[in-house]
Parts: sequence; structure tokens; C-alpha cells
Amino acid sequence: MLKRKDLLGLKDLAAEEIEEILARAAEMRKLLEKNVRKTEHLQGKSVVTLFYENSTRTRTSFEAAAKITGATTASISAQSSSVTKGETLIDTGRNLDALLTDVIIIRHSMSGAPHLLAKNVKASVINAGDGMNEHPTQALLDIFTMKNAFNSIKGLKVVIAGDIKYSRVARSNIWGLNKLGAEVTVVAPKTLLPQDIESMGCTVSCNIDKAIEGANVIMGLRIQLERQQSGLFPSVAEYHKYFGINDSRLSLADSNALVMHPGPVNRRVEMTSGVIDGDNSVILEQVTNGVAVRMAVLDILAGNRR
Amino acid sequence: MLLIKNGYVVLKDGVDNLDILIDGKKIIRMEPHIEEESGYDVIDASSLAVIPGLVDMHCHLREPGLEYKEDIDSGTRAALQGGFTSVACMPNTKPVIDNASLVKYVTDRGVEVDNAKVYCIGAITKGQEGEELAEMASMKAAGAVAFSDDGRPVSNGNMMRLALEYADSFSALIISHCEDTALAADGVVNEGFNATVSGLKGISRAAEEVMVARDIILAETLGARIHIAHVSTRGSVELVREAKRRGVKVTCETCPHYFSATDDEILSYNTNAKINPPLRTESDVAAIIEGLKDGTIDAIATDHAPHHADEKNQEFYLAPNGTSGFETAFALSYTNLVLPDYMDLPALMRLMSANPARILNVGSGELAVGETADIAIVDLDNQYTVDASKFVSKGKNSLFNGWKLNGIIKHVIVDGIEKEIKI
Repeated sequence: MLKRKDLLGLKDLAAEEIEEILARAAEMRKLLEKNVRKTEHLQGKSVVTLFYENSTRTRTSFEAAAKITGATTASISAQSSSVTKGETLIDTGRNLDALLTDVIIIRHSMSGAPHLLAKNVKASVINAGDGMNEHPTQALLDIFTMKNAFNSIKGLKVVIAGDIKYSRVARSNIWGLNKLGAEVTVVAPKTLLPQDIESMGCTVSCNIDKAIEGANVIMGLRIQLERQQSGLFPSVAEYHKYFGINDSRLSLADSNALVMHPGPVNRRVEMTSGVIDGDNSVILEQVTNGVAVRMAVLDILAGNRR
Repeated sequence: MLLIKNGYVVLKDGVDNLDILIDGKKIIRMEPHIEEESGYDVIDASSLAVIPGLVDMHCHLREPGLEYKEDIDSGTRAALQGGFTSVACMPNTKPVIDNASLVKYVTDRGVEVDNAKVYCIGAITKGQEGEELAEMASMKAAGAVAFSDDGRPVSNGNMMRLALEYADSFSALIISHCEDTALAADGVVNEGFNATVSGLKGISRAAEEVMVARDIILAETLGARIHIAHVSTRGSVELVREAKRRGVKVTCETCPHYFSATDDEILSYNTNAKINPPLRTESDVAAIIEGLKDGTIDAIATDHAPHHADEKNQEFYLAPNGTSGFETAFALSYTNLVLPDYMDLPALMRLMSANPARILNVGSGELAVGETADIAIVDLDNQYTVDASKFVSKGKNSLFNGWKLNGIIKHVIVDGIEKEIKI
């Protein structure tokens, strides 16, 4: 991490780089716990969020992280910008460079768009989610949350259930968790699994009861309801019946298992309300940790620019 | 008179050190030693190979309508640079070449610019919409050498059946772009591990193969001829091999990128690796090479697909398909097929000259006394590095930029006249 301009994905990061971010995030988390809401880590830096896709949680989280660390922030949405006038991504990026931007946080529906931007701008680029490819800060905050609970990622049994095929969260988590030594199992009907995903180094299952046995972490992924319309599964009810996480399935896991979800949750689809709001759930803690992790990433990347 | 001296000449079934004497458009003598006489133009081909001029049965010259990508002049000059003396261009221009006057326009422009010879492929259906047959008989009379909706498949099976029957009435050849668009959906790369880890939507091999199977069955049922464009998968090779064994009148082509590269190229989101059908895997590459060796695949075509730099320099999903192909086709084929000893030079020349010429009925594509003097002279010994920025084509969008290859074209002769190329 020490030498990087951009954070585009966990695929390219070494385990030590991930550990470095997690360590920095732990420092940030301590500051937040001490009610610090203003630091000087990014004093004088300019951070722009460039979102070509809707987002509430991720964008707010990044903006909070940037503001707390003292950066000036601006936000651009595809709907309200020159993007709608036909400006290309590269031209938008070059303009942000000309506006003396230090860090661009981009979300884009097309995989690889942050890589294209990073290649063409001087600013540091953080990938806040690109198509089905990666969402590195989400996986970092997930891993950070697991590490807080278990101290180490090595040997953890992590089950990820849901729309794996279209999920950038799943991919980033698999890369990151594998590098740190966890055992990842992905669970979904085959229509929601991408080809050859087992070659990423995870176990693939279509049986959630078996997969969940003895698990330390159960992560649900959002099921986009339009996937049902495109025929990837017959009904939400049948998905929930065969792949949803409920109390009886949760009881098959380790008793200290964490229940996680990147949000937004579809109640009674990926999980029942009992599971979402239950004692094992750390879904809201994930959100807070997201701010700490993003503060850490901003601090490290901005630090590289000094 | 033009005399080519001291060359290593690639003949139909072998190679020999021969001098070649050309009178007008024809080769009149091929002998171990021909004495130079006064008034002869002489090309010294010492330590060079003399090969039949390449024949490309599948390229995109973009004119009319898309001249910002390429035009007939720039495209055919690029073809010469790559050793091609004849090229057949696809009709997916703006407007689509789906009538006799547009066929005539393209062929006339080809004569006017006077570079590599231009043969026009007309559309199968009006506007390539797949709904009504285009006037194939009139287009053939105006010079069209084959018919294709290339770029788009003829999705409706009955429309393809009618096209094959109608074309067969005039001994016209249908070239099929095999793609089940419902299966391909909005995929942009080969479905598999590399698609999964780059987050790019995959196209199943089945999208190509079910259409290859359909078209073979239709041709077989009707007793008609069909040519399958740009075969890219192991399964397609096997389908064609089996069909040929049964006696179906099917021929097919592949392109240099399908035996020279795999979908590893897309991992960096390199938009020059975005091609349709997509780059596949090692296993497919091996099957394509096997198909080229055993005669299942008849021809190597470029699918030369020039695009403007701005179009390729954007998000992978938004970039158009294709790689600029003329100026690397021979070197890729020589380097990846002949140097590793998969085949010898005469076999490669059958794939790049004689077979496509025979399929399109545009000459022999062979070096022999009495044949038209369409010739390329090439340095096989010296490796060079591809520099796409120096391409003659307007399309600098080469997947192979920076690759080290053997096979530098030194001279090109069309109809007995040496053409100017960049050295």
C-alpha cells in the first residue's frame, strides 16, 4: 500500500497491504470511539466522489470519512453533471485533475471503469464499486469487522450466500479473505453463481444447511429483485425457502457466528428479521467500521501524495 | 517485364529457389535462373521468401459512412502493407451494402484507389435486419462475391433457410456470423474464470456453437453451400469437422487472434482485446490449430476491424468490438503456426491465399506460370516489434501492439505491378 496511487481492488493487494489498512483502520476506529469528529489527516486535500450509480450508504460513508479527516469534499452524480451531456469518463477525470483534486472516489456500473480512470488521471482513485468486479472498501470493512470479533482471519469459516454472480462484494471478499487465510464458501443456486468461481479458491455449494454448519461468519448478499424477472430464480419465496438465512439455519453455525450483510437488506429474502436484528448480527457495526476503514484508505493514499 | 531474383519461392506443395519473370499481369516463367535483360525491372529477393499475395475473405473497410474509422483507400493500403493483394469487405457500413448500386460503388472505389483488389460482400437481408432478403442476385451480377450479415447473425432460422435456398439458386455463397444473441445477451468476453475475476459479463461458447450447428443442419438439409465466419471455439471446430465427414458443403475460417491469444488479454481491461466472438482459452486455441492442420478450417481471415482511438479509449463495455488486423495477420500466422512447426509454409499459404481465393472464386492464390502475378515478398528471418502507432490503417487498435513477431513484408505486387509500401 505504501507506494500505491490508487485502490482499485483487493485482487492486486498483498496480504501485508491489507493488514496495513486494517491496522490503520483500527487507529481510526479508536478515534471515533473517543468521539473525535475532526482530524487533520487530510488537511488541505480535495476529495471528490464521482458516482455513476446510485448509492446512499457508500457515498455517505466516504463523505463522512473525508470530512472527519479534514478534506474538502465535492460530489458529482451522473444524473446532475456533464456526464448526461455526453462527456467521457476520461474527460471528466482530466477536468477533476485540472480542479486540483487529490482523490477521486468512483462508483460505476461498468467493471474496469475505475482502472480506466486511474490510468488517465493524476489524482488517486478509489474504487467504490465497479460493475460485478470489486468493491474493495466494502470487503475491507467486512474483514475489519471479522478481525475485531475473532482477532485473526486465518482459519475462519466464512459463508457468503446470495447473488454471487453479479456481486462485486463477493469477489472482493473472496480475494481479501483468501489472502488472509480464511476458508470461504459461496452458496447460491447455479444461476446466481459465475463460472469457475471455485478457481478463485473458494468452495461452492447449493445447499445452505450443509454450508452453514460450524461457520464463523454468515454473510448475506442482496438479491436484486429484478434478477427474478430475468429468470435467474423462480420466485423470491422459493429463494428464501432454499437459500434464506433464518433462526434454525443460524443455529447450525458456530454459536458465536457473526451475521453480516453489506446492505441494503431485503427482509424475509436474504434473511429473516430475527436474524437481522438478533444477537449475532453485526450489520450496523459494519456501517460504523466502514467510516473507519475509509478514513484509513484516504489517509494512506493521501499520505502517498505528500 | 518484372524479374524477381534469388527468392525462396513458396509453391502449391513445396518450396524452391526460383526466379520469377512477370509480363504484364501474368507470371510467364519460373526457373532456377533467369537471365536479366535490359529493360527489366528487377527485385532482388535474396534471403527473402516469395509467397502468393494474401487473400483476405473477411475484413471491414468501413466505407461508406464510417470513414473516420477507415476508408477503402486507407484500408487497402494497410492490406498491401500486410501482404494482401485481395480483400473481401463486409457490408456492415452506413448504409448497409444491401443493393447492387452500393456493391458497384465499393468495387469501383477499389479500382479507383488501385491498391489491393477489393471484392465486395453484400448483405443477406435488407439493412442486415434479418427480416427480408436483400437482392442477392442483382448484387452478384454487380460483382458481389458472397453474402453475409456479418456483425449480426440471421437469428430467425427460417430466414436463414430461405437465404441459403435463394443464394443457391444463383450459386452464391452465404457467410454466416454464428451467434445466438439471446445466449450471448450483453456479454463482452468469453464466459469463464477470466470473466468471473474481471467482473465482465461472459459469452458462453454455446452462443456460437448452437448457431454453427443450426447452420450446418440447414445447409445439409438443403444441400446448399455455407461458410462459417470467424470460428473461435473447440466445439465449433468439432461441429465443422463432423459435418465435413458427412459431406456437408461447409467451409469455415478463423482469424489470427483466435490462435495467437487467449482471454487472459482482457484481465487488464484492454479494449483492443474486446472482439466478437471473444478471445477464448488455451484449449480452444489448441483446437483451432488442430483444425487448421487437419483441413477442418479452410482459411485464415483477418476480420480487420479498424476503430477510432476515442472509441477504444473508454469503458470496456462501451468500446466497440474488434482489432485492426491487416498489418499483423501474416506475421502472427507465420510466428504462431509455422515457427512452432504446426505446419509448413505451403500449408500456411493455402490457408491465407489459395483456399480463400477458391472459396470466393477470385483466382488461384498460387504462384505458377500462367497465373496472375499477385505476389508478396517477405523477410522471415528478422524479428520485429509491432508498433500500431505506425500502422498504415486508420485503425491503430491492435491487440498485438508491442508483440515481437517474424514476417516483415518487403514487396507487394498486384497484377504484375509493384505497389509502394512503408519499409
